[in-house]
Amino acid sequence: MSANTATRGRARPRGRHALLGWLYATPTAVFVVALFVVPLGLVVKMSVSRWPLLTGDQGFNAPDNFVKAVDHRFFTDSVVFTVKYTVLATVLLLVLGLGLALLVQESSRWNNLLRASFLIPSALGLASASLLFYVFYSPYASPLAPLMESWGFDFLGSPTAALLSTTFLIVWRYAGFYMVLMLVGLQGIPADVFEAARSDGASRWQTFWRVTLPLLRPTLALTTVLCVTGSLLAFEQFYILTKGGPDNSTITVVQLIYSVAFQGQNDLGVAAAISVIVLVALIIINAFQLRAFRSEES
Amino acid sequence: MRRTLGRRSALRSLAGALAATLVLAVAACGGDDGGGGTDAAQAGPNGVDDGSELTLWTRAPLEKQAKLLVDAYNASHQNKVSLTVVPNDDYVAKVGAAAGSGGLPDLFAADIVYVPNWVSQGLFQDLSSNINGLSFKDQINKGHLSAGTLDGKPHVLPFVLDLSMLFWNKQLFKDAGLDPEKGPTTLEEYADAAKKIQALKKDGVYGTAAGLNCGGCLVFTWFPSMWAGGAEVMSPDGKESKLADDTAQKVYSTWADLWKSGAVLPSSAGETGPTWTAAFTEGKVGLMFYPATLLSSTPFEAGVSGIPGPGGGASTFVGGDGIGVSKDSKKAAQAWNFLSWMMSEDAQVEVLAKNKDVVSRADLASNKYATADPRLVTINQVAGQGDTPVALNFQQAFNAPNSPWLTLVRNQVLNGKGDLQKDNEEITAVLQQ
Repeated sequence: MSANTATRGRARPRGRHALLGWLYATPTAVFVVALFVVPLGLVVKMSVSRWPLLTGDQGFNAPDNFVKAVDHRFFTDSVVFTVKYTVLATVLLLVLGLGLALLVQESSRWNNLLRASFLIPSALGLASASLLFYVFYSPYASPLAPLMESWGFDFLGSPTAALLSTTFLIVWRYAGFYMVLMLVGLQGIPADVFEAARSDGASRWQTFWRVTLPLLRPTLALTTVLCVTGSLLAFEQFYILTKGGPDNSTITVVQLIYSVAFQGQNDLGVAAAISVIVLVALIIINAFQLRAFRSEES
Repeated sequence: MRRTLGRRSALRSLAGALAATLVLAVAACGGDDGGGGTDAAQAGPNGVDDGSELTLWTRAPLEKQAKLLVDAYNASHQNKVSLTVVPNDDYVAKVGAAAGSGGLPDLFAADIVYVPNWVSQGLFQDLSSNINGLSFKDQINKGHLSAGTLDGKPHVLPFVLDLSMLFWNKQLFKDAGLDPEKGPTTLEEYADAAKKIQALKKDGVYGTAAGLNCGGCLVFTWFPSMWAGGAEVMSPDGKESKLADDTAQKVYSTWADLWKSGAVLPSSAGETGPTWTAAFTEGKVGLMFYPATLLSSTPFEAGVSGIPGPGGGASTFVGGDGIGVSKDSKKAAQAWNFLSWMMSEDAQVEVLAKNKDVVSRADLASNKYATADPRLVTINQVAGQGDTPVALNFQQAFNAPNSPWLTLVRNQVLNGKGDLQKDNEEITAVLQQ
């Protein structure tokens, strides 16, 4: 086999080889360029141009859009709210995902049923799930309407209630997904490690704290990055459930981008500027997270 | 380059074989790329009906009227209009994206409050020679026509008029010991009636309702209350908000009192628009400010009158959609054929009035369908006292989900906090951007 490659290598000039390599890489490269590099370039161009929604490109104007973006009356509010929501959602999802994974990892009769029931919500699109909860939370159409009326409670009526109700939807929708990721991580830990811990007389808690968690580090890194990124880019659930209300208390950054672009201001330039700011922030946050998880490992 | 020239001259000779006027029109375009297009101005008073396919966009709240009009047109003409109905919240985004990429349909309707902005951005073609040629031009609804007029040139015609009116449920009025044939004539009487219906303590029945988290609904229903009270909501140029004056304050305090007394449907607080009329239509609300386009789909006996202000008066918001030929249309002459038919007596009376809708020509107001239903007569009369506010930044100031107008109303009515003057200045700041 190796002799065969060697002769072929000698028979063909190095250039042909490189060309073949490029050929193999082309499909991926085309997709990356068409679906990522070009749109990204367009967004960056928009962010430095005067670009109203209805009239299109009006030429270079940097850094006006960035000034307007940061000066927007909801910019700070939306950043604060997005971070608050991200912390809440990430903590809940990771803890719950790990808890559920530990629950269904032990073999029992109900295992398959439990796994399936936790995972079913993941089969529903986020927008559909949001619409489902929109009706469920509606004081008008919900099956809980009589209950809400007698308690004088409204799921989306106050800023805190709206945040918690939306977080509940997200936990319901994603807990199963994170459970599966955690389960894969747990099953990747060799059984003899646990056996060794047991024969050393470690308690359940000690095993979890000293063995399971450290060995689960790569999985935790992956889930944290996924969850933080997903939550920072939250849009559908708030767009459908709260529309940023009540009283502009639940505007996420992506919602701000959408509303600047399409709901009133109709300014794609400023919207693109906020997008670029979010992109840079995400790159920094993710680099920081990956480094944090890696450095302790080595 | 040579090939394009060749194709264009081929097109010219083809057009010449069809009609000499078309050749003139194309030649006049010169190097313009509208070689195969037609111009509405040259199309004559009725436009061209030659079996073309036309596209038309409208937003969901006016779906019923738009469908009726399009079906009636398609049944009687060779041109065929295909209708696309877009959800209300997505309409601006869809039109904006299409405008940027040159993909607007031949005809599209726009919420009349956005029309001034869209006309000034050049989304509609100038229809002045066509509209000025109409013999009944002076009879066309003035609010709509002026909203679509730029530098004295009308670009837009009224598509469907939607007026906000006071509707009351006659059965609930009877139950509460109120006169079912006579609605409240002042905002104070309105609040009183709502409380009396609330006092019936019927299961799931409330005195009144409003879209308290829906800027557009509040504009549509509360501006008339202020007009009826003799106030203005904005300066005539649409640059300064006057929503903190005495009359406006009386409107807010009346509603704040109603909300506190529990006579307002609780879901009103979070209502963002999609279901703001649903409870009344189901007979669970005593009286409310309600769109007149829903008259035909209100299944019970309802009374109708103009929206009263503090101390009396009656007014209405002349809303609805204007329609025009888009900048991207290559079939302007055919599109004008639809518009000129739409303004004709056939369409106005036999389609719109027959469906209990308001006609957009004053000379057709007392048609046979209107006289058969006294409520339509009331609506047509109040239409004359109504108004259509004009401002370039209307959407951002009032209709957007996070508009300063919504903040002002929610602070005054629901939260009982906030500085009215400051909130009002915020609206002015947005109007002046």
